[in-house]
Amino acid sequence: MSYLSRGKINIQEVQENSWKELLQLLEKCVGTKAIVWDEPLADAIGSIAMFSLLRDQDVVKMFPLRRGRLPIGQNPLTVYKNIIFITRPQVNLMDMIADNIHGEERTSGPHKMSTFHLFFVPNRSLLCEQILKNRGVYGNFTFIEEFACTIFPFDYDLLSMELDSAFKELHLESDPSYMYQAAQAIMMLQDLYGVIPRVSGKGLAAKHVWDLLKRLSLEPRTPKKHITHSQIDHLLLLDRSIDLVSPLVTQLTYEGLIDELFQINRCTVHLPPEKFSHSNEDQKDVIAGKKQIILNSADDIFAELRDKNFNAVGSTLNRRAKLISSQLDERHGDRTVQEMKQFVDRLPKMLASKKSLAIHTTVAELIKETADSSEFLDSLMVEQDMVLGVDTDKINPRIEECIAKKVPLVKVLRLICLQSATNSGLKPKILDFYKREIIQTYGFEHIISLTNLEKCGLLKVQSGQRQFMVVRKTLRLTIEDCDEINPTDINYVHSIYAPLSVRLAQHATKPNGWANLQDSLQLLPGPVVDHHQNIPPSQLSQRNNITSQNDAPKVVLVFFLGGCTYAEISALRFLSQQEESNVEFIIATTKIINGNSFIKSLMEPLVPES
Amino acid sequence: MTALLTADWCQYGKDSYMRKTEVYSMDWLNEVDLDTSILTPAPFGGPIAVRRDRSKLAEVKFSGKPIVTVYTASGRKLETFLWNNGNIVETGWSCSDELLFIQEDGCVLTYDMFGNYQHTFSMGQEAQELSVIEGKIFSTFYGSDSITGVAVLTKAYRIFIVSNVKEPKVRRLPVIPGPNVRPNAWAVICKDRQILVLVARGQELYLLNPSEPQAIQQKYLNIDSMNIGTMRISVLNIAVSQDYSCVAMQTDMGQIWIGSSDLDKNYRIYDTRASHPSKQLVWCGTFAVLGVWDSKVTVIGKLDHSLNLNFPYDWPVHLVQEVDCVRVVSTFSTDIIQQVPLVVQEIFRVDSTSPGSNLFEASKQFQKQSHRADDYIQQVKPDLQLAITQCIQAAGHEFNPVHQKMLITAASFGKVFSADYNPEKYVEMCRILRVLNAVRDPKIGIPLTYTQLKEYLTVPTLLDKLIARRQYYLAIQAAKYLRLSGKEDGSHILAHWAFYKVKQTSVDRDTIAEEIASKLGNNPGVSYTEIAKKAADYGRTQLAIKLLDYEPRASLQVPLLLRLGQDRTALQKAISSGNTDLVYTVLLHLRDNMSSLRELQMEIRKFPLAQALYLKYCKEHNKDALRDIYLQEDDHLEQAACYIRDVYNPKNDLAKQVVLVSAQEAYKRGKNDLNAALCDEQLRLLNHQKSLEENFKRGFVNLSLHDTIKTLLEIGEVKLADKLRSEYKVPDKRYWWLRIMTLAANDQWRDLENFSKSKKPPIGFEPFVDVCLERGKPEEAQKYFSRIKEENKVKYYIKLGMHEEAAKLAFAQRDRESLRFIQAKADKSVAVKIAPLLAALEEKK
Repeated sequence: MSYLSRGKINIQEVQENSWKELLQLLEKCVGTKAIVWDEPLADAIGSIAMFSLLRDQDVVKMFPLRRGRLPIGQNPLTVYKNIIFITRPQVNLMDMIADNIHGEERTSGPHKMSTFHLFFVPNRSLLCEQILKNRGVYGNFTFIEEFACTIFPFDYDLLSMELDSAFKELHLESDPSYMYQAAQAIMMLQDLYGVIPRVSGKGLAAKHVWDLLKRLSLEPRTPKKHITHSQIDHLLLLDRSIDLVSPLVTQLTYEGLIDELFQINRCTVHLPPEKFSHSNEDQKDVIAGKKQIILNSADDIFAELRDKNFNAVGSTLNRRAKLISSQLDERHGDRTVQEMKQFVDRLPKMLASKKSLAIHTTVAELIKETADSSEFLDSLMVEQDMVLGVDTDKINPRIEECIAKKVPLVKVLRLICLQSATNSGLKPKILDFYKREIIQTYGFEHIISLTNLEKCGLLKVQSGQRQFMVVRKTLRLTIEDCDEINPTDINYVHSIYAPLSVRLAQHATKPNGWANLQDSLQLLPGPVVDHHQNIPPSQLSQRNNITSQNDAPKVVLVFFLGGCTYAEISALRFLSQQEESNVEFIIATTKIINGNSFIKSLMEPLVPES
Repeated sequence: MTALLTADWCQYGKDSYMRKTEVYSMDWLNEVDLDTSILTPAPFGGPIAVRRDRSKLAEVKFSGKPIVTVYTASGRKLETFLWNNGNIVETGWSCSDELLFIQEDGCVLTYDMFGNYQHTFSMGQEAQELSVIEGKIFSTFYGSDSITGVAVLTKAYRIFIVSNVKEPKVRRLPVIPGPNVRPNAWAVICKDRQILVLVARGQELYLLNPSEPQAIQQKYLNIDSMNIGTMRISVLNIAVSQDYSCVAMQTDMGQIWIGSSDLDKNYRIYDTRASHPSKQLVWCGTFAVLGVWDSKVTVIGKLDHSLNLNFPYDWPVHLVQEVDCVRVVSTFSTDIIQQVPLVVQEIFRVDSTSPGSNLFEASKQFQKQSHRADDYIQQVKPDLQLAITQCIQAAGHEFNPVHQKMLITAASFGKVFSADYNPEKYVEMCRILRVLNAVRDPKIGIPLTYTQLKEYLTVPTLLDKLIARRQYYLAIQAAKYLRLSGKEDGSHILAHWAFYKVKQTSVDRDTIAEEIASKLGNNPGVSYTEIAKKAADYGRTQLAIKLLDYEPRASLQVPLLLRLGQDRTALQKAISSGNTDLVYTVLLHLRDNMSSLRELQMEIRKFPLAQALYLKYCKEHNKDALRDIYLQEDDHLEQAACYIRDVYNPKNDLAKQVVLVSAQEAYKRGKNDLNAALCDEQLRLLNHQKSLEENFKRGFVNLSLHDTIKTLLEIGEVKLADKLRSEYKVPDKRYWWLRIMTLAANDQWRDLENFSKSKKPPIGFEPFVDVCLERGKPEEAQKYFSRIKEENKVKYYIKLGMHEEAAKLAFAQRDRESLRFIQAKADKSVAVKIAPLLAALEEKK
């Protein structure tokens, strides 16, 4: 996982730290182990512990957590000494665990003698333990522990808490649990990288997390290591609800489009395998009829492509292809033995590049099929009109058409929510029209989903000023002149719209920037956070004073509370890479989202999708 | 000076000396009469408990109840308390400085040194019934692992032991064989974690082992060799050395038998020739036995041929056995008698030529500014390292700070000449000495030797001893001075101080809480919860609550608040902590402890977060309670939502219509007119669908209105579709789309054309082209092409694949964007033609 350590802040430390903790827990259970995972969590923990590492700890087998009986064999020769459940502290999962244990207990299967353990991630929960007690299985566990892993390292500059429904829990259920976890995650990062001197932020969630952070810093902590100076200079907390436009517009970066069209899940995407070459070697990546591709900066071709506008991908692929073929051609020239040796040494890397190039060429073709379709282009036109404020006060004919054609509801809702967001609310008549249209077309069962969107403020009735339009102007969120190939502004990620969240980050990192933003910030919902944290004397080394002299790049941790998109990540990376910039961004988020997953997380399907 | 240092030395063997040092003149002068009191001193310079010896006559000063007074080793009174319990058989100290009282009824009561009762355990029912006549309290010392045990002898002459007072488990020893008379003497020997009792009864000696069924008779002492003939003698008392390796026994014939504790070896038989036996017999380390005969403390060396030394005392004394010395306690003073440590001898002995001795001399001469300093240094040069080490160590063994200083100065002087001497030992010794001197101060009164501290007690245990004496400040300073870190960094001392503080019932709770908070601050090693727990244990609930206010960790604070019955505060703290699991903890606690759910629901109304979390919990576990709260809160919209969920819940057995009506009413009450209307529409739709199902024998229920109309169109029921459309005011545009799409899907191309002519389409003609193209009918699409809006024509040329026409039109409209798009999409032959067009447009620009 060396790709984690290539940034200014060594993110690998997060991985090592969590792995150490998991290791300690596993060492408590002596003997062979089978792990039963809460599935989404298993994916996330893969970023900390690869199976090979677990195997060294006597982990023989891993299962997904399901209802009913454990799918372990009944062969008495392969009995696992320990059966370890590793799950989120969620009530519904406890029921599954209880089912599993009852299953083993009632039959006199060979695993009756196994020792059961339960590790909660990231916190133990009394509520869950109570449920286990109610189900009569609490006593079956030898160890009930917590694996305090709040945040997972995805890339050298990217961390995700992998909380799917953070935004929904807060806004629909008034359950602020995720903010506590976010504050804990920040505390953990501070344990590793030092206290962050400056904290700013915007939105209710930002304020809340900051308050919790203040509280948590009063609690005694055992230092993880000796820290000589703060490695992160600035923490920027951004509440998703201050910028609902950015997740709703279609992402036009390479990685963003892969996510929009095929859904990336923890740096992995599954694609239809037909288009990919069918050599034996590639076949192993095909899982359950899908080609699996890992997307992170370990693959340097992907690292170059991911943040580009899709329109710049073709030319980059071309250039790379030429480079590799010329490199491979070098072998035909007359060579000394020494040069031949160097060539052979480089060969594996070149072949890997070649393979990766083939994969991404295919992926680009897959994307192009959709991106060139008139539906896609039409929707894009509508989105762009909306962010530009064109006719956002009227019923949008394109939305009407989509409803009439009964395109997937998520897409329609996404457009309506975008219109509501860009217009800072819809006229009651228009909102009612859309709602009735949806109920008549898609069915009455969606009435709750619509209510949910209203509760979260994604759909709302216009009241007073159209703040978004003002902010759009003052922060220059739409720049129509956009060079997609050689961008000069972050607007390239949506081809004219510059994400509001990232624009705020851009200004916040300038000297006095946050204060200068006051006028715009006032137009956005929720309080402003602007504070300095006291640095413990042990972390105030000489170096710290020098870094504040403006010459060395500042490291800014942008924490998205409620999720962020790949386009936003790309835009922040773009800012880091600017020559004149002396800022390096680390991005943390509760989850990486896109418009579809965002809307879906807020819907409540009353009728199971057929 | 040197002469002065050796003045109190007495030689008692070759190269071995004893010395007597006065450490304290006693504060208790005239208060304690040794003749009529029983002294119970604790080892390691520990305190001395004093009570009146009831077997002796004395002037009665107080009421009949016994009085126990605890003094420090320097004779300062710590506490006096009245004994209100049963008859005391024996008293003794545990290794953690607790005072143990063995009562006649077999109960062992524990007090701290300030007379505060701690706890009681019993030596068993048998001991209680038979009543105890003698008892012994014994300890083994392994630093912080020290253990104290208790042994008792009952009236029936059975011995019971508890090997660890921390876990009192009574064991009965085997019967003492022989005639049923009271044993003359007995002693406990702890060796290798095993406890044995040596008993002298009549003329016999027995060893009792609790793990063996019978006593082992010991081969009688080999005194025959002393020419006493065949007369048998009996043992009067037994002294066991502090490390249990040696025993000394005094016989009724006045001999002292000295040997190993397994009785295998006999080192010496010494005849005291005294008329009376010594009341006390104690070991000084393991090399000599001390007793008091004829107003003299006599030192009897362990080895044969060693000289006997006498220290005259004209007043009564009490001997206190220590691991490396003996404390001689009297009304006037406390002296320490010890063997002069070898390293001290080597420096100060008159004829010594050791490097240390030379260095010491060099240092002395240097201070006198004498050139002879150089001569000595030259002599010591080859062994300088050793010399320095000797001086440092010797300093440790000196009680007098002046002597310590001289030796330390010598070591420091020696260091000047040694480039590579590791100063660690030097620094450490300086620190240790400072601490030792501080604790030896008469105010504190712990006359601890260096050997006791380093080899037996260890520093953390010393700190514990200071804590037991409530010398918190000194303990903290010592911890700081010795640079202790980690667990021993002194924060636990503060905690003990706080524990002590909360016991002071006379002080107002706010004052205590503030005082504690101001001392402890945010000190990480101390948990306010622990202190609060202690306060609660002493019944000071209010103080505990007050203290909990300072606890930063809500996860510790909340459970204790609940235990103290502070439900509401607990809820507030849980909420402000942001840790939702804690809120659930309180909620579940409330639910289990409140008389009804209703009460809980009313209570949590005031806490929106708690209510929200409770609602979330109810959604999964208690739907009735959920509805109950929505009713209570007049939340009509959520009530409606509950009904609607029921409509789609397969487990719900009420008719859908009934539930829908309830939902509709809830929406009306909640003033959500649109949703109420939508419910109404859905109700009517359900009725329509039911009758449609009957008429057409196919499924309609569960379809949306749109799909219902679509199905009707698909089966050609245009009229019915039209009817529904007008009833539900389906917008024209959507209806047109629906018509067009179903016609195309059914390949009704003629009907489609007719439909296009029925009136001007509200959605334009573009959708007609689109549906034809989607069904792969470009020829049909052509029919509508001419009627497409001008601005869309380029796009539709492209859709139809007519790139050349598209290009021409785009050129005419000067649409460079589209031209470029066409160029990229079109065949090479066409693309070539576009290039000049683009160029032309660029030029015009």
